[in-house]
Amino acid sequence: MSVKIKALTKSLWVFHLSTASCNNCDIEILDLLTPRHDVERFGILLVGSIRHADVLLVTGILNKQCKPIVKKMYDQMPKPGFVIAVGTCTAGRGMFSNTYMVDEAEPLDKVLPVDAYIPGCPPKPEAIIDGIVKLVKAKGK
Amino acid sequence: MSHKVTIPIGPYHPLQEEPEFYKLVVDGERVVDIDVRIGWNHRGIEKLSESKSFDQSAYLVERICGICSTSHPIAFVNAVEDIDEMEVPERALYIRTITGELERLHSHMLWLGLAGHFLGYNTVFMWAWRYREPILDVLEAISGNRNNYAMMKPGGVRRDIDNSEIPYYKKVINDELLPAVEMFKGAVLDDPVLAARLKGVGVLKHEDAVDYSVLGPTARASGYDIDVRRDEPYAAYDRVDWKVILQYEGDVFAKAVIRILEMFESIKILNQCFDKLPAGPIDCKPKHISPGDGIGHHEAPRGEVIHIVRSDGTNRPVRHKVRAPTFMNFPSFKKTVVGETISDATIILAAIDPCYCCTERLTAIDHKKNNIVCGAERLIHLSQHKTWDLGKSMGFSDSELTKKMGRKIE
Repeated sequence: MSVKIKALTKSLWVFHLSTASCNNCDIEILDLLTPRHDVERFGILLVGSIRHADVLLVTGILNKQCKPIVKKMYDQMPKPGFVIAVGTCTAGRGMFSNTYMVDEAEPLDKVLPVDAYIPGCPPKPEAIIDGIVKLVKAKGK
Repeated sequence: MSHKVTIPIGPYHPLQEEPEFYKLVVDGERVVDIDVRIGWNHRGIEKLSESKSFDQSAYLVERICGICSTSHPIAFVNAVEDIDEMEVPERALYIRTITGELERLHSHMLWLGLAGHFLGYNTVFMWAWRYREPILDVLEAISGNRNNYAMMKPGGVRRDIDNSEIPYYKKVINDELLPAVEMFKGAVLDDPVLAARLKGVGVLKHEDAVDYSVLGPTARASGYDIDVRRDEPYAAYDRVDWKVILQYEGDVFAKAVIRILEMFESIKILNQCFDKLPAGPIDCKPKHISPGDGIGHHEAPRGEVIHIVRSDGTNRPVRHKVRAPTFMNFPSFKKTVVGETISDATIILAAIDPCYCCTERLTAIDHKKNNIVCGAERLIHLSQHKTWDLGKSMGFSDSELTKKMGRKIE
């Protein structure tokens, strides 16, 4: 298992799942791929299907409609894989803790095993890179 | 022989960032019908706003949408100020205009990139997003954050612009951004490939634009001359010199032209605002919001956004209603997509710059039968019923109302 994980951290393929988010984190994630930050230099690639992905990047709060979908998505992901919670909403629901749409939903870590949290509203691209680097360092030992 | 096939797109589709679900009915390559189902992003913001004070709600409405994250607060503070007819200091009005226009610049740049991405023209995507970064730097220098700016509050703005930094802002805008927009004007508008791909695709005729009440660049690309910045000025838009861009073709290319030319107007407005920025306070410090209704609007990058706020004299709104521009632009898909090919469908859908998280409204679903309980017909019926009741309360008789409305509403 540990060899597999070590190999995995060399080139992370990321699937980006936007639950009920406000778009900001999603845009910052897309921003990572564009010339100023360009994370493809490090082998990080955004893929179109969860079945090709090593990392599930979740943004937004989990409302009643998204919660079952997120679970389904995680089940389809090849294991071992990582889950990263991007943004305050995913990590702790933020200002949406009291809305009627999420009273049954929990923060992401009650639904899936989360490997890294990147807080911020939205986190800056540098913060997202930092989060991923920390994850890779911790897992790739 | 026609053979219709339904293609489901979404709700989690790699091309789109947000969850939404399209049902395309196709006959061969041609799209025959389209149905959209949204609602995955519903967060109950209007209800949540009733539990927050007026100052807190300004932060909340920022989170409706990440791209229009200063449009909603501007409309909201306009609505709150409308209740009491507050005298907002001049400097605050100029700072609002500056934030609003910077946001329009970054949003149009973002759209241009995404449109290139949808066409498979990733060079445009990369270049557009690269030149979006200087705008975000300016916004970060002004507000402290790249996306959610938290600049607005009822009665003024939260943060002042440092006069000594204005030369830097102007330098970034005129030396980095303006050449980039000029480059895009040349690269996109004179490109024969893009012209062949986009001209005559997804045409929205002028009369359809009026019928569907579309807003913003979608309307102006069809020659429908509306812009709330000019028609009903707020902030400092009546104090600066600019013009509304109009195109008449109504196709995707016209919408791209509108957005690129609007960037020049935004740069013009910004330069004037930075030059004219008056000295003085930035906040009129309201102590109390009196009972009453207020309507506020702002021309967001996608069209007019309206907020309606009702206050009962406490520190919280009792009702807060949001109408986002995509809500009006959505139904025009029926006119633009039907009859086009599947490969053109994505760019036509993207051409209105849809923002689903702005638009989320509740749809009641009977989940055993999977029927939409409160669909369009039901809503029309409810609206007609309300008109009927209003007519009765105004003293019209049944026969008069039947004559006016065409039929008897039960």
